[in-house]
Amino acid sequence: MVGELIGYVGKGLTLALVGLFLSIPAQARLLDIFQKYQPEVVVSDPYIEMHTGPGRGYPIFYVAGQGDRIEILKQRTDWFKVRVPRGQHFKEGWVHVNQMRHTLDLEGNEIDFGEIVLGDFARRRWEMGLNGGDFGGAASITGYLGYALNEHITLQLEATQILGNFSDGLMGSANIVMYPFPQWRVSPYFTIGTGMIETKPHTTIVQAEDRTDEIVHAGIGANVYLSDRFILRMEYKRHTVLTSRDDNQEIDQWKAGFSVFF
Amino acid sequence: MESRIQRIFLVLAVGAAWVSPGAFAATDPNELELEPLVVREPERRKVDVDKLDKENFEFGVLAGLMSVEDFGTNTVVGARVAYHVTEDFFVEGQYGRTTLGETSFERLSGGAQILTDDERDMTYYNVSVGYNIFPGESFLGRGLAFKGGLYVVAGVGGTNFGGDDLFTINAGVGYRLIATDWLAFHIDVRDHVFETDLLGSRETKHNIEFSGGLTLFF
Repeated sequence: MVGELIGYVGKGLTLALVGLFLSIPAQARLLDIFQKYQPEVVVSDPYIEMHTGPGRGYPIFYVAGQGDRIEILKQRTDWFKVRVPRGQHFKEGWVHVNQMRHTLDLEGNEIDFGEIVLGDFARRRWEMGLNGGDFGGAASITGYLGYALNEHITLQLEATQILGNFSDGLMGSANIVMYPFPQWRVSPYFTIGTGMIETKPHTTIVQAEDRTDEIVHAGIGANVYLSDRFILRMEYKRHTVLTSRDDNQEIDQWKAGFSVFF
Repeated sequence: MESRIQRIFLVLAVGAAWVSPGAFAATDPNELELEPLVVREPERRKVDVDKLDKENFEFGVLAGLMSVEDFGTNTVVGARVAYHVTEDFFVEGQYGRTTLGETSFERLSGGAQILTDDERDMTYYNVSVGYNIFPGESFLGRGLAFKGGLYVVAGVGGTNFGGDDLFTINAGVGYRLIATDWLAFHIDVRDHVFETDLLGSRETKHNIEFSGGLTLFF
């Protein structure tokens, strides 16, 4: 078993090394073609602080002064990696967006460092999210992707895994979601859709068969805008499973989760 | 005569210097590095923050050991992708696979098998939220400082165990050592918890995974 582990680690390392080897020339080639966007800005406050890493836990190791030209290399979360010339050399460090707001472009104009606000949800194109909850007594985990036709109507594809004590299953569906008030912080919505559900009884259940059924559903829910691109989403759905037996089966689903929009 | 020999050496030396200017210029490496910076024209355009290179995704592989309750400890391999929402929070998806060993019952009974070979492959996936609790620099000896920090994660997912998909809660703690801007190493300990009645009665099973990993930031 230890041998097997060493084998895996060896394979992993080889793969990683090959990956590194391939990525270096690839990056260089990309640079030639695309020439990364690394604009220069000027510090307008008395100073801005540069940290060794993209987080407040990393120490400040250098301070760029008013009038210094700094080059923005890249961004991670709210932090910007910058390069500041210093004599014959230069310093590279990370600056928080709150301090970057005190820089100007080379013509002296203010720069829009972008803040996503509530109103941006109405202008979204894509939204996606993950949520979990209860599906007729079983646990359910759902991922979805939505495309906004306009600010009120979104087309949505959903995949759900259902994990119960006696069976598990997969459900895929297509929905239409309607947001009557997309600009509200707590925004209600309605949804209808249809799809397929596959139910697989557990191996400990005797003489039960897998089955696949059509399903239709209607639901109601609400988005709560949190901040930036993030939404808390809660939903209730009533599913009707169109079984091959005499009676259709009704299933209630409650779920909650997080979504992002772009 | 002596002065002529000196002159020959002088000519040779000057000639050598002249044909390999790089050898002398290279004595000041900083000058070489700075050259493109000085030559380049500043871009006199409006700054568009949206066009900056954003590196919020982390993608990587992991390998380690996973102890599955009643089924022994085996190697686990997996992949993970994380999106850093803020400097504190990230969301992460992980997929892993391991094999199940024999239970003590199977070994002692001599021949009785609870699971088929196919069912001995165990896979899991989960979606978790992570929080960086002690971000900062860590020190090794006097001269080495590493960026990184401890994080805690918790989430939900599914485990394919003995042929059934089971709802699984996972929670754990890890250390991320950031080697460069784009490369990080991980050490993780996670507990995957699910309920099963495979061995008779319904029981909660704790399955501890210990892994090391390597991730790239995009």
